[in-house]
Amino acid sequence: MAMTVRPVSRPRRGLLEQSYLWEVARGLGVTFRHFFINLARHCLRLAGLRAEPGAVTIQYPDEPAVLGRRARTRHRLLRRPDGSPRCTACLLCETICPARCIRITAEESPDPAVEKRAKTFDIDLGMCVFCGHCVEACPVDAIHMDADQVELAAYSRGDMIWDMPALMRDTK
Amino acid sequence: MDKTLRFTLDGRPIEARLGETVLEAATRAGVMIPHYCWHQALGNPGNCRMCIVEVEGAAKPQVSCRLPAREGLVVRSISPAARRAQCSALEFHLVDHPLDCPVCDQSGECGLQDYYMDIGRYKSAMREDKAHAGKRLALGPHIMLDQERCIMCTRCTRFVGQVSKSHELGIFGRGHRQAVDLVPGRALDNPYSGNLADICPVGALTDRDFRFQVRVWYLDSTESICPGCSRGCNIFVHTSTRRPWQNQGRRLARLKPRFSPEVNGHWICDEGRYGFLDFDSKRLGRVMRLKPVSEELSWDRAAQEVAAALRRKPVEGLAVAASGALSNEDWLAFKELFVDTLQARRFLFAPEPDQAGTEDQLLRRREKTPNLEGGKALGFGTKIESLGWDSLAGDIEAGKVWGLYVIDRDPAQAWGGRSRELLERLDLLIYQGPRQCLAGELAHYRLPATAWLEEEGHFTNFQGNVQGYQRALQPLGAAKPDWAIFADLERRLKP
Repeated sequence: MAMTVRPVSRPRRGLLEQSYLWEVARGLGVTFRHFFINLARHCLRLAGLRAEPGAVTIQYPDEPAVLGRRARTRHRLLRRPDGSPRCTACLLCETICPARCIRITAEESPDPAVEKRAKTFDIDLGMCVFCGHCVEACPVDAIHMDADQVELAAYSRGDMIWDMPALMRDTK
Repeated sequence: MDKTLRFTLDGRPIEARLGETVLEAATRAGVMIPHYCWHQALGNPGNCRMCIVEVEGAAKPQVSCRLPAREGLVVRSISPAARRAQCSALEFHLVDHPLDCPVCDQSGECGLQDYYMDIGRYKSAMREDKAHAGKRLALGPHIMLDQERCIMCTRCTRFVGQVSKSHELGIFGRGHRQAVDLVPGRALDNPYSGNLADICPVGALTDRDFRFQVRVWYLDSTESICPGCSRGCNIFVHTSTRRPWQNQGRRLARLKPRFSPEVNGHWICDEGRYGFLDFDSKRLGRVMRLKPVSEELSWDRAAQEVAAALRRKPVEGLAVAASGALSNEDWLAFKELFVDTLQARRFLFAPEPDQAGTEDQLLRRREKTPNLEGGKALGFGTKIESLGWDSLAGDIEAGKVWGLYVIDRDPAQAWGGRSRELLERLDLLIYQGPRQCLAGELAHYRLPATAWLEEEGHFTNFQGNVQGYQRALQPLGAAKPDWAIFADLERRLKP
């Protein structure tokens, strides 16, 4: 797309704006409106009346975050009843992944009924966009995004890549 | 014989030759009627029933692979009735099919998948358990059999009966227990066995060396010519470069035959098919002077030094070892450099013993290079002396040859244990080629050339057919095509 220049005119500020007093009062008005609405809602519910719930501040780093039941969080590779990974290395998740963050290599499985299994299964969580397409694509229900882990920061890009043992750590 | 008949297929006029079936005529006209068992080179047993079509005036649907084309026939292959018949045939094929597409290597190029998405899309009425049969049966060095996936089209048994004539496979059992298997005491080790993986329309016969390496939808396909022998079979080169962690990091995934009626038909031999999978091993990518002082050079500097070295002593003592691995373009630049400009006399082109092998009546030829014919067609005049490896060794020992320019050949394969001693006697050894070998280790100058997949050019096969091949991969490092190296040297040597 060709670049264009669009002139933007700055708004003129009068004495009222430049003194800031009126704007500060307007802002505080919003704060106090919410304060009193929430106070009223909490009081009404405390009194046992049916009212909308009041807003509650979550003390996030000190208290764990509350995730929705269908939240897409860190991936988990599931196991068969005998403990081996369910993944058959069909590469459908790798194929559909829009961020290209999944890397799988396949190998022969010792079990002829399984035939093919993943030799390596790496997910680069630094590249993952958490779209959940891999879960949708999986024909053997081997990958879920329900580890309920959203704090995935690491000190290097390499540490953002999770391999198969790490992705299976918390699956029974 | 060449009488033409006209009939109508799905409202489209189709021309057929006398004796052709409806399916053959439709395929030639570019209309694809679903089919498994019919193969242009293997006949039409009519057992898969997929090519069933509606024929006006006939009470029942007909299989188009056994329906001779007649003047004025009105055939419908996509009408609701024809589609329903084809859909039922497909449903029967899938009764015992394990539907293990996630594991199957054929997935992505499978006849069952293609037709299911095209005309199937039904809910299976099958309520019984699937019958189980042999899985993961290695039939021979190259082919893996999965009996559960087989749909009994018998293309494979017809191939070993009619084409390779080696008769290793048969159909055993009846009805539900019918299965393709090896004839007792045999192994599928004929020199054309790889073709079975191509003609199998489902995932029952797959390549062992391609097994689980890379999914077919990640492959890029390029039209090329097999450089394995002077037949020059037409092939597709399948390369895997988009996901380098797959296919064990190798760029070349597999070779597949490309139909050519006058050269190779539908087939290629195993020697060619599996002979190039180490394409990326021992590759050269740096321009080197190794003696007297080892140093990496720029192309400009190397050409300057090599040109000077070639002129250092009388040209009578310079020998050139080349091979039919050169393309026609390379041969022309070769002739202009060595014959016209340098006027060298001693040349070694003979394929024996390092580039000769087994031959047979079907495809394989004795000389294992693709383009000796191209050099011959160009002609090098009457002044040159054609050497063999033995006479060259004699000349080196007698001190008649001081310099040797080796182009993509390995003297160690001809001279064996004494090659090191012979090569070290030379005042000048130049090695030009894509791969490392003993001559490359002992050379004074080592010039990296592109391999066949990294350049485009033409080969002339033993019949005189000039066939072009396309570039499938990027050159490695500083490698240049042979003709470019020759042309550069020639420019500097011209008076």
